[in-house]
Amino acid sequence: MTETAVDAEEVRHVADLARVDLDDDEVAEFAGQFAEILSYFDELDEVPEVEAEPDLVNVMRADEVHDGLTQEEALRNAPETEDGYFKGPRVS
Amino acid sequence: MSADLNAFITEERIEGAGEGPLAGRTVAVKDNISTADVRTTCGSKMLADYVPPYDATVVERLKAAGATVVGKTNMDEFGMGTTTETSAFGPTRNPVDTDRVPGGSSGGSAAAVAAGDADLALGTDTGGSIRCPAAFCGVVGIKPTYGLVSRYGLVAYANSLEQVGPIAPSVREAAELLEVIAGPDEHDATTRDAGADAGYADAADGDVDGLSVGVPTQLLEGADEAVVEAFWDAVADLEARGAEYHEVSLPSLEKAVAAYYVIAMGEASSNLARFDGVRYGVSGGYEGNWNEAFARSREEGFGAEVKRRVLLGTYALSAGYHDKYYAKAQDARAWVKRDFDDALDGADVLASPTMPVLPFELGESLDDPLQMYLADANTTPVNLANLPAISVPAGEAEGLPVGLQLIGPKFGEREIVRAASALE
Repeated sequence: MTETAVDAEEVRHVADLARVDLDDDEVAEFAGQFAEILSYFDELDEVPEVEAEPDLVNVMRADEVHDGLTQEEALRNAPETEDGYFKGPRVS
Repeated sequence: MSADLNAFITEERIEGAGEGPLAGRTVAVKDNISTADVRTTCGSKMLADYVPPYDATVVERLKAAGATVVGKTNMDEFGMGTTTETSAFGPTRNPVDTDRVPGGSSGGSAAAVAAGDADLALGTDTGGSIRCPAAFCGVVGIKPTYGLVSRYGLVAYANSLEQVGPIAPSVREAAELLEVIAGPDEHDATTRDAGADAGYADAADGDVDGLSVGVPTQLLEGADEAVVEAFWDAVADLEARGAEYHEVSLPSLEKAVAAYYVIAMGEASSNLARFDGVRYGVSGGYEGNWNEAFARSREEGFGAEVKRRVLLGTYALSAGYHDKYYAKAQDARAWVKRDFDDALDGADVLASPTMPVLPFELGESLDDPLQMYLADANTTPVNLANLPAISVPAGEAEGLPVGLQLIGPKFGEREIVRAASALE
């Protein structure tokens, strides 16, 4: 357990990386649950190294132009648009 | 419609071609599968108003086959759950016992079929999300081999694990629906030519004479006694019809749940990064900078289980923890694949209880996420190994349905359909 103890500060740090705001109650609840779940994941330490033969191949196709969504279709689910563009928050 | 079950998020008819193998049949479609001009919510507040501008390939194929879509079914938010209780639209109830969950995450699809609100349904299965609700509701569900069915238009949760598949009252009907949706798609480069025209429904002939069934002992450990009893009764039925069984040991399966959750959460944390409230979803407003607005959108739009998985996935992939969690989970995945390949060298199919437990009571597992994850012990290994599996009703225990899971080799859907049909 000690190895995977998770404190509130760590939950806030990960939430920041993941761009998810949390309230204090969620932070407290997640800290307890994450400690339990991550200590369960510790059993992966016992997994042997396995020679994996990846059966993956590249699937290629000709790069041809097809009809896609219209600008109107692409924009229709956006909460806000301006002059045919998505409207986002400022970058910095 | 059985409104009290809350099986549907949106009830809207989409008429098909009129002719074809599914003419005159109604199909319920899980709400993470895109339907042009019909809202597709994924059971999330984030997408409560999202209306796709195009059909998923499987929906195009349903329509071309003459089927009528009757609505979009309730589900755990983004497929993240085993009970359909994490939906932002409220839980679905199990038609067999309305105080119990229908299983998840495709709980609305299984409940709709079990209640007779649709002849057939589409679900999706990332770690058991078709087989679990099929087992809990007493119907049939198939998780196809990875690459048999197109994922184009499926809102992604964990790409390397998930497949769209059929839920139906009988094995033959599930196989008929599988025939319609199977086969390569230029819009999904992970689809394969294998199995495209394999005649799955014809395989439902009940002939198991000489069939060799392997029973992985690890998938019986920890299962409820009543479930194990129903399981062995079903195996005895197969024996009486000429099949033989033997026990096999697959030690890797003990690590499958942990490996599955690390991989699924890792993929989820990346896939769900697209939900920023700008192109679709709940807007985070325009106060402060880009990152602050995104974080507000996601706080507002995501439920607790989705936040939990996105955060844990971010943690498991972050610097310093990647090797400990994600790399080891990939090793475990390769080990599970190897164990299954070895076991299937000595057996035609493998059998286990689909779920180690009977359907939970509503609310029973919501406060304990780890308990809910552990209920996926028998289904998650199959997704890690990319194999096909079917859940077929195998009697009852304590008046509740028990499902039997049959696992086949890659593109061995005919074998599992045949074996399952012997139990009807």
